[in-house]
Amino acid sequence: MLRRLHKDQPETFAFTSANQKWADAQITKYPAGRQASAIIPLLWRAQEQTGWLTRPAIEQVCAMLDLAYIRGLEVASFYFMFQLQPVGSVAHIQVCGTLSCMICGAEDLIGICRDKIAGKAHALSADGQFSWEEVECLGSCANAPMAQIGKDYYEDLTAARFTEILDELAAGQVPVPGPQNGRYAAEPLKGLTTLQDYDSGKTQYNASVQLAVDLGDTIKRIDGTEIPLLTPWLGKVVPAKKKAAPKAKPAVAKAASKPDAAATGKKPRTMTAPRKSGADDLKLISGVGPKLETVLNGLGFWHFDQVAKWTTAEIAWVDSNLKFKGRIERDDWMAQAAKLAKA
Amino acid sequence: MLKDQDRIFTNLYGMHDRTLKGAQARGHWDGTAAIIKKGRGFIIDEMKASGLRGRGGAGFPTGLKWSFMPKESDGRPSYLVVNADESEPGTCKDREIMRHDPHTLVEGCLIASFAMNANACYIYIRGEYIREREALQAAIDEAYAAGLVGKNAAQSGWDFDIYLAHGAGAYICGEETALLESLEGKKGMPRMKPPFPAGAGLYGCPTTVNNVESIAVVPTILRRGGSWFSGIGRANNAGTKLFAISGHVNNPCVVEEEMGIPFEELIEKHCGGIRGGWDNLKAVIPGGSSVPNVRGADMRDAIMDFDGLKEKGSSLGTAAVIVMDNSTDMIKAVWRLSKFYKHESCGQCTPCREGTGWMMRVMARLVEGNASVDEIDMLLDVTKQVEGHTICALGDAAAWPIQALIKNFRGDIEDRIAHKRGAIAAE
Repeated sequence: MLRRLHKDQPETFAFTSANQKWADAQITKYPAGRQASAIIPLLWRAQEQTGWLTRPAIEQVCAMLDLAYIRGLEVASFYFMFQLQPVGSVAHIQVCGTLSCMICGAEDLIGICRDKIAGKAHALSADGQFSWEEVECLGSCANAPMAQIGKDYYEDLTAARFTEILDELAAGQVPVPGPQNGRYAAEPLKGLTTLQDYDSGKTQYNASVQLAVDLGDTIKRIDGTEIPLLTPWLGKVVPAKKKAAPKAKPAVAKAASKPDAAATGKKPRTMTAPRKSGADDLKLISGVGPKLETVLNGLGFWHFDQVAKWTTAEIAWVDSNLKFKGRIERDDWMAQAAKLAKA
Repeated sequence: MLKDQDRIFTNLYGMHDRTLKGAQARGHWDGTAAIIKKGRGFIIDEMKASGLRGRGGAGFPTGLKWSFMPKESDGRPSYLVVNADESEPGTCKDREIMRHDPHTLVEGCLIASFAMNANACYIYIRGEYIREREALQAAIDEAYAAGLVGKNAAQSGWDFDIYLAHGAGAYICGEETALLESLEGKKGMPRMKPPFPAGAGLYGCPTTVNNVESIAVVPTILRRGGSWFSGIGRANNAGTKLFAISGHVNNPCVVEEEMGIPFEELIEKHCGGIRGGWDNLKAVIPGGSSVPNVRGADMRDAIMDFDGLKEKGSSLGTAAVIVMDNSTDMIKAVWRLSKFYKHESCGQCTPCREGTGWMMRVMARLVEGNASVDEIDMLLDVTKQVEGHTICALGDAAAWPIQALIKNFRGDIEDRIAHKRGAIAAE
């Protein structure tokens, strides 16, 4: 299936600070140098933040993971959960249409989407609030037919109940997800045939629904404040380990950032290693991300005071090495670094 | 019928306490350190003795698979990767484990990782299971907080880290090497084998990929002994199994039963019978969309295990039973599966990339009856050219449902063509 980026793209993308923290924690799950493994979770979180996956978001994620942009585009276009075009501002409705759901009435649900939302999948409704698509098996077959709305499964649907759900969403409510016919989870509707002694201590809802209900507004986009990602595998020394990680980054990045012989301007004084007190966190300069920090380190810049001292000719030299036309002056790194060096 | 005390997933429906405390009250995490202290050899021998065959579809003996892992590290770490990318149409069993009985899986990961000399385990869950991911992560966090995983996990002396990773909606990532590619941050395209993952898997290191259910049953098997597990079901088809029954039964459900339960008993006991009675049963797909369908009349006396369904010309697969009654248009049902495989083909191998689309388009014409009778044999011929000519089994899986349709329901297809042709002639 041909999947292309949308023709209208926003200018920029940045993770919210909570999402950024979450993303940094994701990367710690993988061995050093294998940070590319985190690409799917990061892209998905970026999509959650904007509603759909934009080109600046793919580029930002690739920069965070030291990947060529094309790798990010490959992943984004391969996996079907990535929405490469804008979706409904309230909800994107994904109706499962594969066999078990189809023979239990999914075609009726799709018909309702056509009538109530838009004639075509992935198109926005007239008010821009909804969009829909038919997806392949969502793995809830014993509760067919079903649809995923936001992050939740609405199961055991009927055409009538599905219409109601869409109306409730349009009215600004969030219907309770899970089975809609009175079942608890995937047990037989007419009552338990096994594990009859095991239904004591039951909470009101099954695990999936309980999580959704606890969260309240489950169709809102994840901004990172919902569930923190703990990193118990790092032990108790979380901040120390995290700081060490980017510096132990692979040599590839360094090789790529060797000073360009044809670079213009005057080469400033550089250092081969940070001072004994340890390198400064150059990411604190607005405009410098983890990727750029590695490049700067590779060029021989480790400290704020080094950056603060650059002259115009030296800026030109750094600029041509970074291939970031004018970024340094636009974001005024020198003033920022001077301030940070004093702090 | 299996007794409740012989069931492994005692919180399958989530009606009991789902926290660590609840899991411990039901007997999980009991004596985990003692099991690990018995050593690698003991665990693998006991798993072999239990007769457990992989629950992800292929049915490869789990203990044997583990024994392929290198005994001594050559400097590379070993990994356990749990395949929780449950997306075979009809299959919804692992979801219940992960959201309602997650500690069976976490404990299983620890023991299995120890048995294969792995200090780290990745669970790769499908991207759409967002709440299930949260529930499983909460269980992992609980286990870390209680010292059951992490450094000196459960006081066993073994250091063990467990990480939850996820996909983003690609069926092909359920294939083990595609899953590894995806876990490395690439497109999920299957790798050529050999090298097998046990030699070079995740990040080029020795890796074993197991299904969720295969790993989650391990702690209970080791606690109760391999002979307990092998005593359930028939020889070579031992143990208990989660069955997921969907489609035209009165009460679709997921239920743990013994292997080898007769199909009729499974449906009558747990699902309240076939919708409209047994005479209304048209066809059954007994093991997830990839396995051949069986005519209803043939299916009634089927034994639900690997060998029993082989006799019926099908397979147990993931034990995801899709039941279809006489209201079902079988040609359309198989067309829908063809559409699924066309959508999910990764595009790496030409026979699959081109063949799945071609088969889907011909199936679409057969649904309308807009074809000639010769084309049935041509379609059959093309399925044979796709089958066995691709890197992974997706090509086979796309071919089998169509082959079974032609074998079992050829008359229906011919009738429809004749009817359409007749209608044209009458105009």
